[in-house]
Amino acid sequence: MTLRPDLTLLAGLIPDGSRVLDLGCGSGVLLAHLIANKTCRGAGVEIDPDAVLAAISLGVPVVELDLDTELDHFAEDSYDVVVLSRTIQTLKRPREVLQQMARIGDQLIVSVPNFGLLRNRLRLMRGRMPMSRDLPHRWYDTPNLRFTTLVDLEDLFASVDLRIEQRIVLAPTGLPSPTGQAWPNLFGAAAVYVLRA
Amino acid sequence: MGVNVPEPGSVGQVELQMACLFTEAEPLVLANGEKLGPVEVAFETYGNLNDRRDNAVFILHALTGDAHAAGYHAGAARPGWWDNLIGPGKPLDTDRFFVICANLLGGCQGTTGPSSINPATGSPFGLGFPQLTVADLVEVHRALLRHLGISRLLAALGGSLGGMQALQWGLSYPEEVANGVVVAASSRLTAQNIAFSAVARRAIMTDPNFLGGDYVSQETNPDVGLAIARMMAHITYLSEDALTEKFGREPHPDSREPGFGIDFAVESYLDHQGQVFLGRFDALSYLYLSRVMDYFDPFSASASTAKVTEQPVKWLVMSFDTDWRFGTEHSRRIVRRLELAEQPVTFREIQSPWGHDSFLLEVPSYHATLRAFLDRALVEVSQ
Repeated sequence: MTLRPDLTLLAGLIPDGSRVLDLGCGSGVLLAHLIANKTCRGAGVEIDPDAVLAAISLGVPVVELDLDTELDHFAEDSYDVVVLSRTIQTLKRPREVLQQMARIGDQLIVSVPNFGLLRNRLRLMRGRMPMSRDLPHRWYDTPNLRFTTLVDLEDLFASVDLRIEQRIVLAPTGLPSPTGQAWPNLFGAAAVYVLRA
Repeated sequence: MGVNVPEPGSVGQVELQMACLFTEAEPLVLANGEKLGPVEVAFETYGNLNDRRDNAVFILHALTGDAHAAGYHAGAARPGWWDNLIGPGKPLDTDRFFVICANLLGGCQGTTGPSSINPATGSPFGLGFPQLTVADLVEVHRALLRHLGISRLLAALGGSLGGMQALQWGLSYPEEVANGVVVAASSRLTAQNIAFSAVARRAIMTDPNFLGGDYVSQETNPDVGLAIARMMAHITYLSEDALTEKFGREPHPDSREPGFGIDFAVESYLDHQGQVFLGRFDALSYLYLSRVMDYFDPFSASASTAKVTEQPVKWLVMSFDTDWRFGTEHSRRIVRRLELAEQPVTFREIQSPWGHDSFLLEVPSYHATLRAFLDRALVEVSQ
């Protein structure tokens, strides 16, 4: 199975043999890859019933619960790595979820689409809500509840005492972007953060 | 219906089988050190064991279940109690899985229990039967597995007390259980759970025909007490909404004016449940097996998860949102304990209006989950 480029990048950030909790794991492809190729163990968390069944079919342990309200299910320091991949923008309580992640895990990996991308800003200036590969939904049918720029997001990390250990800025292709690395908030379509409390 | 033309999805006609798994010379040694032998076990199997002997799924039944989980006994109109799950094309597809179901130790449907004859005295054990634990029930299942020439289960699967056995089996002998499926179960009864069982037991033991447990040799039966026990337990198996939907406040058709008989339809239903139960269940088994549940606390022992941490079992834990007998919190506790032992655990809370009884029903998302999990188990074992 070939992983999406952004998931390949995430997988590369996770040490071999880690215990991984993937919040919003979808059909479990990242964990299936980590279990098969990096001797990782762990579980996904998902609330969409079809995705839960797909994860089970891939052999990925998955716990069906609501990220916004039910993360206290997991014990303190019970995972090495907690992943929140392209999910923070769909949460009702992102701040609390970040705090829970810091409680549950040691290393946190958070990936987000960047609303502040220059192309998005131009589209807004023309009077239209941004749509792109990273923000593919129309305003009325998007699962995204919140739109953040990378600068705003980093303020949130700081406010919950999360230290940015690494930031990888991605081009609209999903691959790391050299221009984005220099001017993340303007040229990053998305970013992957490695954080620690 | 005959053996040769089973209806689609049915395993067809089946027969209860018997095995003597322990003898007086080689008795079962119980968790409390007492010895029991001989132990006879009633069981059924469906489907075929494959050449690698790795497609066996052990169905563990609940408090009042029996070995007849699927198909039809000769001449019977109703199939086994889990027929909606077991059969060709069903989640437990008997074209691919070899399914075993055995009546549990202490039961009354063929396996040795407190109303069986004690060979030492020639009379029924009665209250002289030893106290049991879930671990003891599992030891007898293990003996049956050896008898069938199987060393490792693809899955141990059960609901309620059946889920408790699946949990215990996996924790104690992870080398024998590749996958554990624990549905609507508990790893530690609450005071409320124990309280309900206490009332049921009191109803049985204060029935004048209980006779200190000697009712079998006196050729009588504590019918009133056992029926009351069943009626009360049955209320806890259903949600309030399920009872409302089934009966509401419908009057019983024969009811004319308020009295103390069966005025409401729900009363008639409970009465019927109690009466039917008398025909198939034994009061002493009810006492012993309900006590087994009260004392079940597998995570309390030190090093209770040491073995399974060493050799993980893949777990599927499920609860039902309207179950107030063993609600979701009970399942969550199991999941948390297993996670602390670094087990791969899948957990779902299934939405179903039917309360605790949901685990016996064909709830689509529940069966879809079992199907996905068991299919995957089969893929992994053949890799």
